[in-house]
Amino acid sequence: MSEKSAITSAEVAHLADLARIAMSEEELSSLTGDLNTILANVARVSEVATEDVPATSHPIPLSNVMREDVVGETLTAAEALAGAPAADGDKFVVPQILGED
Amino acid sequence: MKYEDAVAKYDPVIGIEVHVELGTATKMFDAAPNSFGGGANTNVTPVSLGLPGALPSVNRTAVEYAVKIGLALGCEIAESCRFARKNYFYPDVPKNFQTSQYDEPIAFDGSVDVELDDGEIITVPIERAHMEEDAGKNTHVGGSSGRIHGAEYSLVDYNRAGVPLVEIVTRPITGTGAGAPEVASSYVRTLRDIFRALGVSEARMEQGNVRADINVSLRPSPDAPLGTRTETKNVNSFRSIERAVRFEIVRQAELLDAGETVVQETRHFHEDTGETSPGRVKSDADDYRYFPEPDLVPLVPPRDWIEELRSGLPELPAERRRRLLGEWGFSELEMRDIINAGLLDAIEQTVSAGASPAAARKWWTGEISRLAKQDDREPAELATPVQVAELAELIEAGKLNDKLARKVLAGVIAGEGSPRDVMAGRGLEIVEDTGALQEAVEQAIADNPDVVEKIRGGKMQAIGALMGPIMKATRGQADAGKAREMIIERINA
Amino acid sequence: MTDLTRLSAVELAAGMQAGDYSSTDVTRAHLDRIEQVEPAINSFITVTPDAALAAAGEVDRKRAAGEELHPFAGVPVTHKDLVVTAGIATTAGSKMLADWVPPYDATVYRRTKAAGLPLLGKTNLDEFAMGSTTEHSAFGNTANPWDTTKVPGGSSGGAAASVAAYEAPFSVGTDTGGSVRQPAAFTGTVGVKPTYGSVSRYGVIAMASSLDQVGPVARSVGDAAALHSILAGHDPFDSTSLSGDVPDFMAAAREGSLSGVRLGVIKQLVGDAPTGGVAEVFRAALDVAAAGGAEIVEVDCPSLSFALDAYYLIMPSEVSSNLARYDGMRFGLRVEPDEGPVTAETVMAATRAAGFGAEAKRRIILGTYALSAGYYDAYYGSAQKVRTLVQRDFARAFESADVLVSPTAPTTAFGFGAEREADPMTLYLGDIATIPANLAGIPGMSLPAGLSDGMPVGFQLLAPAHEDARLYRIGAGLETALDAERGGALLAQAPEL
Ligand SMILES: [Mg+2]
Ligand SMILES: [Zn+2]
Repeated sequence: MSEKSAITSAEVAHLADLARIAMSEEELSSLTGDLNTILANVARVSEVATEDVPATSHPIPLSNVMREDVVGETLTAAEALAGAPAADGDKFVVPQILGED
Repeated sequence: MKYEDAVAKYDPVIGIEVHVELGTATKMFDAAPNSFGGGANTNVTPVSLGLPGALPSVNRTAVEYAVKIGLALGCEIAESCRFARKNYFYPDVPKNFQTSQYDEPIAFDGSVDVELDDGEIITVPIERAHMEEDAGKNTHVGGSSGRIHGAEYSLVDYNRAGVPLVEIVTRPITGTGAGAPEVASSYVRTLRDIFRALGVSEARMEQGNVRADINVSLRPSPDAPLGTRTETKNVNSFRSIERAVRFEIVRQAELLDAGETVVQETRHFHEDTGETSPGRVKSDADDYRYFPEPDLVPLVPPRDWIEELRSGLPELPAERRRRLLGEWGFSELEMRDIINAGLLDAIEQTVSAGASPAAARKWWTGEISRLAKQDDREPAELATPVQVAELAELIEAGKLNDKLARKVLAGVIAGEGSPRDVMAGRGLEIVEDTGALQEAVEQAIADNPDVVEKIRGGKMQAIGALMGPIMKATRGQADAGKAREMIIERINA
Repeated sequence: MTDLTRLSAVELAAGMQAGDYSSTDVTRAHLDRIEQVEPAINSFITVTPDAALAAAGEVDRKRAAGEELHPFAGVPVTHKDLVVTAGIATTAGSKMLADWVPPYDATVYRRTKAAGLPLLGKTNLDEFAMGSTTEHSAFGNTANPWDTTKVPGGSSGGAAASVAAYEAPFSVGTDTGGSVRQPAAFTGTVGVKPTYGSVSRYGVIAMASSLDQVGPVARSVGDAAALHSILAGHDPFDSTSLSGDVPDFMAAAREGSLSGVRLGVIKQLVGDAPTGGVAEVFRAALDVAAAGGAEIVEVDCPSLSFALDAYYLIMPSEVSSNLARYDGMRFGLRVEPDEGPVTAETVMAATRAAGFGAEAKRRIILGTYALSAGYYDAYYGSAQKVRTLVQRDFARAFESADVLVSPTAPTTAFGFGAEREADPMTLYLGDIATIPANLAGIPGMSLPAGLSDGMPVGFQLLAPAHEDARLYRIGAGLETALDAERGGALLAQAPEL
């Protein structure tokens, strides 16, 4: 992996898009440098992570943690909307949506 | 291009993703009520709103329902499975990721038998069934069309956010030929019936409890590789499913004929025109960056629990249909009519209350359905199986004839009591008084010498011509069999 | 009269029970101290004097009425401003949430409230807990009480500074890669990261879900044990929460022993990494431990050289997803773009551009990359395997040692702005000793070992998962031995503010 070619500023721009963060050219280029530095180091993990080593996604293994299907405490609409940047009646107001799905 | 030409020239392949909202008491990952009605943004907790610091916790009943669905679809239930985060930004997705399952669905590798109108059975292969959560609801405001484009802003209600869903994904369904639209809608109808039989969802299409995404692609021949597919999202009625598939087949065939290519995209179906229109083109923006949900731990459904659920599964619609067909001796066509009319339960219960299958079918699909239609109601709202069985019993015992029974039924529907009560109350019982009947028979014979002559001459069908006057004279309460006996006796005397 | 702010939580609890002073006295003393030193330290984002005094008054009333109270009822506390508090601003140190007042309580806040601990306020932190200096806060720097030109560490810098500056007897912090232990080390206090899952994360604003743990900061091992006891316990709202009884940490701390204890010095963390001063102080503390009866052994954990790499893939990956919800739609900051169309997409992008600081953005982008199609297996997937290797190394090491030890951080506290000079990887190296415990889920403690050039050096102890009580027993033994050696608590040597 360490041989992998460096990330370009255009790729970082795509990542910023995926992460929904508007970025200036300047930010993109400084971030591109940082990312390449970091990745050049951390890419080593794939060398030790061999086939036979299982992944640990939870440091303390648990399973089958479930909740009974019983209604609990809820928020009122007023509480739900108290922190909203914009609201109309009992609904949140969001700017027009262009993409779909 | 005509549909017939399109399917003559190309082999359609369909694939269907069905989302069903589970009828649990609470949401998938929090204890907010899973219910509609009430004000907007009231069935919410910090979890359903994705507030900072909120964490999910899995609804045990939702898992149970998912396992039941998996078992009913003949799936394997995973030894161990996990939730994953599907990351994408959209205002009705509170966390900007949907908690779903990705490479570890709870159920996989199943199949479901789907019966078409002509009785043909198609086996639809199921790839997987997985658990996930629903999104909130946007209302678009300010646009002229009310559709997303042109809207100036949207109002969001998160009551639906976090409602438990099971998504069932088929493998490509091949070999349907021209039947593709019907296979698609019959498949979704079959699933709907299964959800109801399992009691895991009310499965009301019109309420959006069941939503189908329909993939369609064409290929020049059944042995050619799969063509590029489109995915028509959220088609919400059986008729729409058929129309959407038909439309896509014709549209894609026209493109291919013109030497153009089908674009891999999502499409939207329009009820008004029966057409689909392009949505979003699939691109690398569809990089959902799935990874295992670190706030939830793996599910390892205990094998004994699965076996317990398996043994507790209700009889599924297809099995039940097959069983009743054998027991009742109806024709395939009669059976299909009963199922389509939603009368299977009523008839089965009427039979178990003592009626013959033929009588139960006759009353439910006949007079009761006719009256229900008149009032725009469901047959089951008009009478109970026990009442119908009683009605049949009275006819069997010779106390009512058809005509009287219809009057009794009307009384039952009007709330006058059981058939027996109505019969007594309205004085509708068949006249047993042979004196009155004898008098009516004598009168009829005296008034119709020509008919009597025919009967004497051996034309026994002519007896019918005397029945009218007899019934008239007895206000319909005469026992027709008895009257017939008396006529023959009198004429031959 | 006694300065109540100089007493330990254990002493304050005893004094209130004995009727020597009231919770109102104690709380007011701390609020006065806060008013006095905040201009120099800036530990707090929000101070809550009215709520604190109301809670204190309530405890006093109940005590007077003879009602049964938690033994620590009336001892004031602070929460890191990452802990959600209903009706009290919760900012996560970010512009994004500058004005957010939550409608619900975090479980750990519920627990301190239920125990009757008045809340003095919410402490400063690196934005969304991302940083190790508290300089990445939208609410200004927090100064190190030992030297106000230096950082207090981070991200729980406000929590550690408030305790070191006697603004609070103890404080609730969070630790994702060392964020309790490293600021404790920098400020001469005791910081504990519990076993993953032993303290609820519900209502604690998530940074990296599989690594985050809430833990106490205090001026002594005994006080840390006290707060830990209040925080720990099963919470059905956190699916990763452990069930089972909470061990008696306070009893373990009172027991405090070194004799026969095997301290395993982690070779990989005590090689050339610590600078001269830190290494010397650490070695001297080991000598004190040995004199107190401990056996010093060396342990080998080769995979630790990959731990930092794994951390810097797992953490940003989870960050990129956890921080997606800050989009200006439902709560918090909303910013419209300067130019172009105003749509949900452009408002989200403008909000996130304006609301997040540089470090948050760097980690979000890094995580977005690591999770991208095509890189997942090589990065996130491989990093999760390294976690397994780290756990295996620790398991092996614990066969020959009761606790594993190292300096908590390779340096002492440095000056403001120092990290701007360094490239990000050099900077991240500061977490090398603390990160492995988060990857493996095991508990860790930092306690003051001594001074290097007048600044505190932290001594880290790691125990196997679920053995948090062992940290308190051995940590208290070492604390007693070190205090005896230097003739009192290290913090007593801190300059007056
Ligand atoms: Mg889909
Ligand atoms: Zn889905």
